[in-house]
Amino acid sequence: MRCEAAFAMTAIASIVALAPVHQDYLLEARQMQALSFAVHIPLVCFGVAFPAMLMFVEWLYLRTGDELYRTLAKRWTKVMVALFAVGVITGTILSFEMGLLWPNFTATFGSVFGLGFAVEGFSFFVEAIFIGIYVYGWDRLSPRAHFASGIPIVISGFTGSLMVISVNAWMNHPSGFRLSGGQAVDVHPLAALFGNSYLWHELVHMYLAAYIVTGFLVAGAYAFGRLRERWGRYERTALAIPLTVAALAAPVQVLVGDWNGREVARAQPTKLAAIEGLPGTTSGASLHLLGWYTDGEIKYGIAIPKLLSLLAFHDPNATVQGLEAVPADERPPVNIVRVAFQTMVGIGTLLALIGVAYLAVRVRRKRLPKSRWFYRALVIAGPLSVVALISGWVTTEVGRQPWVVYEVMRTSDAVTGAGGIPVGYATLALVYLGVGIAVAWVLRRLARVPLELPASPPHSPVGD
Amino acid sequence: MHLYDVPLLFALIGLVLYTVLAGADFGAGLWQLFAGRGPKSVRVRDHAHDSMAAVWEANHVWLIFVLTVVWTAYPGAFGSIASTLSIPLFIAAVGIIFRGGAYALRAGTSTPRELRAIDTVTAVASIITPFALGAAVGGIASGRVPVGNAAGHLASSWLNPTSILIGVLAVATAAYLAAVYLAADAVRLGKPDLERHFRARALGAGIVAGAIALGGLAVLHSDAHSLYHDLVEGAGRPALVVSILAGLTTLALVWRHGYEPARYSAAAAVAAIIAGWALAQKPIFLPGLTIEQAAAPDDTLITIVIAVICGAAILFPSLALLFRLVLGGRLDYAPAAVSSAGQGRSVLSASAPGVLARSAGACFVAGIGFLTAAEAGWTHALGIVSLFGFIILGFLAVAPSELARGDSEDQRVTKL
Repeated sequence: MRCEAAFAMTAIASIVALAPVHQDYLLEARQMQALSFAVHIPLVCFGVAFPAMLMFVEWLYLRTGDELYRTLAKRWTKVMVALFAVGVITGTILSFEMGLLWPNFTATFGSVFGLGFAVEGFSFFVEAIFIGIYVYGWDRLSPRAHFASGIPIVISGFTGSLMVISVNAWMNHPSGFRLSGGQAVDVHPLAALFGNSYLWHELVHMYLAAYIVTGFLVAGAYAFGRLRERWGRYERTALAIPLTVAALAAPVQVLVGDWNGREVARAQPTKLAAIEGLPGTTSGASLHLLGWYTDGEIKYGIAIPKLLSLLAFHDPNATVQGLEAVPADERPPVNIVRVAFQTMVGIGTLLALIGVAYLAVRVRRKRLPKSRWFYRALVIAGPLSVVALISGWVTTEVGRQPWVVYEVMRTSDAVTGAGGIPVGYATLALVYLGVGIAVAWVLRRLARVPLELPASPPHSPVGD
Repeated sequence: MHLYDVPLLFALIGLVLYTVLAGADFGAGLWQLFAGRGPKSVRVRDHAHDSMAAVWEANHVWLIFVLTVVWTAYPGAFGSIASTLSIPLFIAAVGIIFRGGAYALRAGTSTPRELRAIDTVTAVASIITPFALGAAVGGIASGRVPVGNAAGHLASSWLNPTSILIGVLAVATAAYLAAVYLAADAVRLGKPDLERHFRARALGAGIVAGAIALGGLAVLHSDAHSLYHDLVEGAGRPALVVSILAGLTTLALVWRHGYEPARYSAAAAVAAIIAGWALAQKPIFLPGLTIEQAAAPDDTLITIVIAVICGAAILFPSLALLFRLVLGGRLDYAPAAVSSAGQGRSVLSASAPGVLARSAGACFVAGIGFLTAAEAGWTHALGIVSLFGFIILGFLAVAPSELARGDSEDQRVTKL
């Protein structure tokens, strides 16, 4: 009886079941998707975090009436709008690629995860509308109305990332549906996306990352200026605000990252095994720093006994599942995941140290750091934070392979049957190279626009 | 109407809005290309840019709305469409990159030569993108997208008479809509020469678009006969009639300089064409697949319908605000008339930095306890709250703006 009902259900649904198709260029399709994400995610960081910093500066202006803050906020607005425009188009590309590259994934599970992107679309909408109002409202709306028009940008930046992460969390820890005849049935999209225990740590980790990346990149730009002797109150303000945000968020990210590791250990043991390069299931597993995974062991690495068990399960003798617990064709490429993870953790630690150093100088000396080495470190901290961000996504996405939906659908079963992926990949790579050059050019241009500060700012810096 | 039709209705509304809003954006790009040279061309190109700059991002999000609703509510049909029509969709995507990228770049331009180069890129993208999207629609409308992963022909699915017709019609419609909108904006901004410029183009493009649409019926007759039949003699006929009437009304309004109502009648003409297509094709989504068969399970349909309605409740007031500000000229370039905001208050009035710093420290320690040492879900939530408390209190304690203010002696040190 139950069987019959299930059969009837699949009889209706199976009409639209798309059969998996062999694709010679699966790897290129994955790389094309990865490239698109790598270009888009740093822009997302600016979409999430930069408006909040900008709003803080505008709030300072409203509160103090100091024109310097207004000048800073207006100049940052130009940067925000240029980066948002590029974020809009790279985000549009991603939504196209969901269908262009992975039609079987969308066809099979669109009913489960699609809602997340639909709501994200509305967030995007609200963000685009109010960015339009905010950008073109300077000097035209009343100061209070203008400030108010920025608030929805900050909120929709958060809800947008919540929605996208909810889909990613579902891909890593799928639930809220049943698979029958290659079709998702008994679909409960709300439970799948928001009733998922895997959502929260990913969300917090990414949200903090957005503030860290934006903070260090913006502060790094002004640190570079300081090394070139551009160091008035304007520049110090523009450096101190994003730097303070990043300096506080970076140590917190270490704790949140550790939490993420424990959740991965619980829900995706194979990913954890790839992160460490742990061949066999082991109790009291050690953790290796650096090294290279080959022939079922870590070569040239520094082993710290029992640390993996301790970190993953809070017990130095806990048993950690190894790669060999699953068949060879269900394991991710270990070295990519491992190196990406170590890169992320290494850079994250460095960023946290920079943050602590800054906070220590603030507390003890009550001033900004003076060492040129601090500012040199800040200049490279920005790009490094982007490397850490991408490495983190490589860890979680490549670590999920060979699955697109963890232990439910393989990436090779999701890919399109259409030809021409190498052509599309090459085209997109070229176009994005152009976009990268264009963004760099615009930012340089915007930075070179002469600063128009009010005639006599309070505490004006000593002139040359 | 059934539940399984509702998301498609939403998607079609989104498609109409995308066509009339982003279409006008693409059309503005096209007019930049045909602006010619000389001082007037600069004004034409600037006008075409300035009219769209505040709204183009919001206009483009409609496409994302359409995509997400279709893949949520009709996932199998979406997968079939996206795989078979991958080439025109990819071309459209690249076109959108260039269109949006040009907006970002224009902010940094300083010389007329740079501006002209960027506007040319914009313009070329503005022709390619609507053509490619129109060609994709033509592939669906003429029944060339079968169910399956790339089951249709990758080239003839979008390089066929119907696709080329709809692609060209999309470009002409974009040009027509843009000319009407830009003429209306020229009136609002008091630029009579630009009004004359775009009025002539609106009339010309309107006649061309109408001729393509009517002449195209002959193409449909031979290439997609069932679509032709349903459009001209079947369910689509009322929409076709409405579209023709709205098109003629728009031409008359533009002739008489009534641009504001012409905005809406022009949009109605375009909306009616899309409605006609939908009515003609109903209930077939793709060959052999009805809308009912393509629809996701009911739970998903109900959720997406509720989500769209709730989203619309936020979206439409926001959009109304944006368009009221734009069309009311509130966001136009104007001499700065700013009432001073300054109240001269200090940033932190009452709170002592020491207390803030100690509270931040306490939050950090609590965060370690709840998030790292404890293992339950609710303690983790508390831990995250504590750590965010640390960041916010810490930020207030550091008081970066005060720090930057009091750091002037630092200036001398760097000179050493």
